Amino acid sequence: MTFDISTLKMLGTGIWETFYMVLLSSLFAYIIGLPLGIILVTTDSDGIHPVPWLQKILGTVINLLRSVPFLILLFIVLPLSKMVIGTRIGSPAMVIPLTIAAGPYVARVVESSLREIDAGVIEAAKSMGASDWQIIWKVLLPECRPSLLVGGALAVTTILSYSAMAGFVGGGGVGAIAINYGYYRYEAGLMWVSVVLLVVMVQIIQEVGMRFSRKGDKRIR
Amino acid sequence: MEQPIIQIEHLGKEFQTTEGTVRALNDINLEICQGEIFGIIGLSGAGKSTLVRCVNYLEVPTEGDVIFEGRPLRNMSPAELRKARQSMGMIFQQFNLLAQRNVLRNVCFPLELVGTPKAEAKARAMELLKTVGLEDRAGAYPAQLSGGQKQRVAIARALATNPKVILCDEATSALDPNTTKSILGLLKEINQTMGVTIIVITHEMAVIEAICDRVAIIDQSRIAEFGKVSEIFSEPKSKIGRQLILGDAARQVKFGGSRQIRIIFDGRESGEPVISNLVLACKVPVNIMYAQTRDVGGTAMGQMIIQLPEDETEANRALRYLETVKIPYEEVSEHDI
Repeated sequence: MTFDISTLKMLGTGIWETFYMVLLSSLFAYIIGLPLGIILVTTDSDGIHPVPWLQKILGTVINLLRSVPFLILLFIVLPLSKMVIGTRIGSPAMVIPLTIAAGPYVARVVESSLREIDAGVIEAAKSMGASDWQIIWKVLLPECRPSLLVGGALAVTTILSYSAMAGFVGGGGVGAIAINYGYYRYEAGLMWVSVVLLVVMVQIIQEVGMRFSRKGDKRIR
Repeated sequence: MEQPIIQIEHLGKEFQTTEGTVRALNDINLEICQGEIFGIIGLSGAGKSTLVRCVNYLEVPTEGDVIFEGRPLRNMSPAELRKARQSMGMIFQQFNLLAQRNVLRNVCFPLELVGTPKAEAKARAMELLKTVGLEDRAGAYPAQLSGGQKQRVAIARALATNPKVILCDEATSALDPNTTKSILGLLKEINQTMGVTIIVITHEMAVIEAICDRVAIIDQSRIAEFGKVSEIFSEPKSKIGRQLILGDAARQVKFGGSRQIRIIFDGRESGEPVISNLVLACKVPVNIMYAQTRDVGGTAMGQMIIQLPEDETEANRALRYLETVKIPYEEVSEHDI
């Protein structure tokens, strides 16, 4: 294994592609997953706006999407990428399957965070005449912020590990380097470098998420 | 009394559970007057928490009506109902403060909900914190406060929108006796200075006694009796009322065929309420069968025959007491009397 300038360049590109995929997919996954998570909690039979049938259907759809293995989902969804973005290879094309896989996951993570809130606090807000929207924006989300941030770190690291699989279908990124060099060409050295890079990325995301969560949590004296 | 601010008419509430229908409230009729402190007392599970939640429609009753200032809550639109709730503050056993907001922002919260300008809300909140004696803790977070302080913040928060009524759901049940006293004092003060009507839900008789004007006793989903606290306390009519107010003393004690003793008053103990002391110290009831006392030269001389409870340990407790206070007695049988 030689670490010449072109290898480093390739790793640099890989890191950028991973960063790009993870950032955009996380963003879109939250744009989809956050409202879905809120709906899952609020429309539940003991929620602030019970619509049990909607809650059931939504829960089932989310479970369905979550049970499809990501690699299979990739193959199923790539034609959609072709339609929307015009290509089925490269990092931009990966954003769509990643978002579709991560959105339902984010919804569940958000749901479990929001369920942590004490029902009494919501009752208190109701007794002060808060509307459903006000309860969501002024009580649910701010009160669950620390937990939502921990969930965020969890979701982003999961998206990162998904993005590594995108290497199998020409998605680029650090994962693709590990697969192309380690798996296809038996160049163990470069594979390990990529794996270490991924590990470091996960560590950083996790640490940042936890730190923000703890720093913002006023329940700690 | 003045005119009613809240009327509860034929109120009923049923819950559907997996084990069938549970009737939490049954034909409740009450009128809460403007400016009074009204207590609702009952054992846990009697339905009192459900009742207070029906007053501001946190629980929607399945029958009957809650009429607030002449208007039934049932006929209100969601927006009108929210408005009505803003005139009814509520405080809770578990305080239910927002953990991620500091004290000041907690008190500002209900003002934020109605769109009060920030500066105005802040000024109002500071004024209320002064009322509850916490102006120096405005920047603290709930986790940094004691239970009593948290409840004070909750009271300030409940007062923020200038409510006409405050609902207290077991507001002092999580607090120690001293803190309870100070919180009750604060509620009373608020009632007197601001004229806010207060509805107090509790299972503690002492709370009712301390601050309430009138009380309703709720038992098995129904109102067992209600009236002025002084009247109910001196003469509870319902079984549950006697149980709550008189406590253990109301239980039935059997006397049939039990031991009888003759207490001799030889003048030494005349200044002392012997029988009362016996009853209070031993917590046993006694039955006075016969008594005769004479005033002999300024001292009470005489005898009294009392019957002890059938329960062996209770009877012995009473006898031991008489021995320790050195009152002479002798055991007598039925035909001695």
